[in-house]
Amino acid sequence: MDTLLYLTRRIAQALVVILIVTVVVFGLLHALPGGPARGILGPQATPQQITLFNHDQGLDRPLPVQYLYYLRQLLHGDLGTSYTLNEAVSRLIEQRLPKTLVLTVLSAVLGLVLAIPLGMWQAVRRNKPADYVITTLSFVAYSTPVYFLGLVLVLVFTQVLRWFPSQAPQGDTVAQVFADPVALVLPVVTGAASMVAVFSRYMRAATLENLSEDYVRTARAGGSRQRAILFKHVFRNSLTPVIAMLGYYVPVLFGGALVVEQLFNYPGMGLLFWSAAQSSDYPVLLGCVLVISVATVVGTLLADVVQRIVDPRVKAGRT
Amino acid sequence: MSIRSASRWGLVAPRGGAANRHSPAPLIARFARNRLAVAGLVVVALFLFFCFVGPLLYSTDQIHTDLTQVNLHPSGAHWLGTDAVGHDELGRLMYGGKVSLLVGLAAGVLATVIGTLWGSIAGYAGGWVDAVMMRVVDAGIAIPALFILLVVSAITTPGVPGLIVILGLVSWLVPSRLVRAETLTLKRRDYVLTLRAIGGTHGRAIARHILPNSVSTIVVAATFQVADAILLVAYVSYLGLGVQPPSTDWGGMLSAGLTAAYSGRWWLIVPPGLAIILVVCAFNAIGDGLRDAFDVRGRG
Repeated sequence: MDTLLYLTRRIAQALVVILIVTVVVFGLLHALPGGPARGILGPQATPQQITLFNHDQGLDRPLPVQYLYYLRQLLHGDLGTSYTLNEAVSRLIEQRLPKTLVLTVLSAVLGLVLAIPLGMWQAVRRNKPADYVITTLSFVAYSTPVYFLGLVLVLVFTQVLRWFPSQAPQGDTVAQVFADPVALVLPVVTGAASMVAVFSRYMRAATLENLSEDYVRTARAGGSRQRAILFKHVFRNSLTPVIAMLGYYVPVLFGGALVVEQLFNYPGMGLLFWSAAQSSDYPVLLGCVLVISVATVVGTLLADVVQRIVDPRVKAGRT
Repeated sequence: MSIRSASRWGLVAPRGGAANRHSPAPLIARFARNRLAVAGLVVVALFLFFCFVGPLLYSTDQIHTDLTQVNLHPSGAHWLGTDAVGHDELGRLMYGGKVSLLVGLAAGVLATVIGTLWGSIAGYAGGWVDAVMMRVVDAGIAIPALFILLVVSAITTPGVPGLIVILGLVSWLVPSRLVRAETLTLKRRDYVLTLRAIGGTHGRAIARHILPNSVSTIVVAATFQVADAILLVAYVSYLGLGVQPPSTDWGGMLSAGLTAAYSGRWWLIVPPGLAIILVVCAFNAIGDGLRDAFDVRGRG
């Protein structure tokens, strides 16, 4: 019952947050110089044309009315129309988002596969030289801008060593992306690097915490071998909270995708967003912001809920 | 960037000593024992010297282009070579660093000030005021700063002051949460309740008791905030939407980086990139050191 109450409250909070996000996005859309009319009709438009356009689009009505209209459109999945690509924003995102997901999921998987054993190993070798070296490397990796790492990888692997092509796969569909796996290597590695740094820290901390628990002492006293305790109990108990952290990591993943896609010219949502920023294509920009924000809210919600279920001690929550 | 957990890097074991955490002498001593934090302080001092005093010792023209001197390799005349329009790269590193450090420091401080005010008011007021104010913070955290910055830069082309204000406005959220949490415990303390009982105003309670007692949390948050801001401004400039030429910053110097990487001009990529990493690491190390010296819980 307690959990049900918590869930209801948490979901209600998330909905309020999403509502506030729509107000911010709506506000930005209307803060544009000259408003949407100037954006669509271009700088050459006459005042008469702008007045007519505003009337046609309902832009001369009071802002609260417009906001409700905007919300109704959102509920119908209508994010507006791109100024430059002359296509529905929702359609554009539908085409691009799967490719971004491919990139981020691959990066996340690679990052976790490396980070989890690394973090455990560090916990076991705590305060030994290996732990310090890896900790220092994570510290540096964490302070490194993703694009700088990407540039160095391009420089080394495409120019000096010539192992990989410098462009990501260019296909329109997900299947075409996978047709060129070698070209995916550099973008995925670039995206995974900061994940390794952050998640190995989480795993190290979670493992250390579990190693100091009573059940470990009991198992040791009962004669279980160190290795068995580590892999049977500590690993399982540390893994779930660490994977739940992925929920909080959603905005960072999208931010990383934005940079990696721009760097390797990978036609996903990040590149869509970046070119929209270059051409001031506001509906596309704000549509993407809305999608990413909703994903962030959902990710945080899932992480909170999973952490609470896994560890009943987390009662206060992160509110 | 809500996942900042520089507090958990634990390069140096935290030291206790909560008893006299606000007396300065043991504080400085504790900070000085943290070698990494001291190294961070030295790195920041060196970079400030390099960027603000360096141009006086190593004078270069960073305004006019010189098409007879483009893309030169590092040499005796140009220690770090020249870029695609003939600017001396070492001079440019100083020139761009001024903007990066100035914007990072100012934006970090601004964000902390806004966050402190927001968080202390929300935590002190409590009830529905707190609930509404914190949902606004949640919403702000839900919109990743990098994306909102790119939207804003598409609307206007900010100069340095504009960039500081915009960065400050998008990154005050984490400090506001920390200060709110601190306020929630402080407002129940006897001295605050006494002040209220003898007729002191709410404003006085916040200004005289809550904020001075949160100072350690605030200072630590500000340090991490500066590291964040330096990274963030580098991202925005890299994506071509920061300060405009001929002005530049370290991120902006890297915006032509891809072309440079393809033609093997490492000297246009590596120095500004390393400068960003060093300075961001240094601020994070200082933040860690301060957090341990103050013995407060930082972000995490």
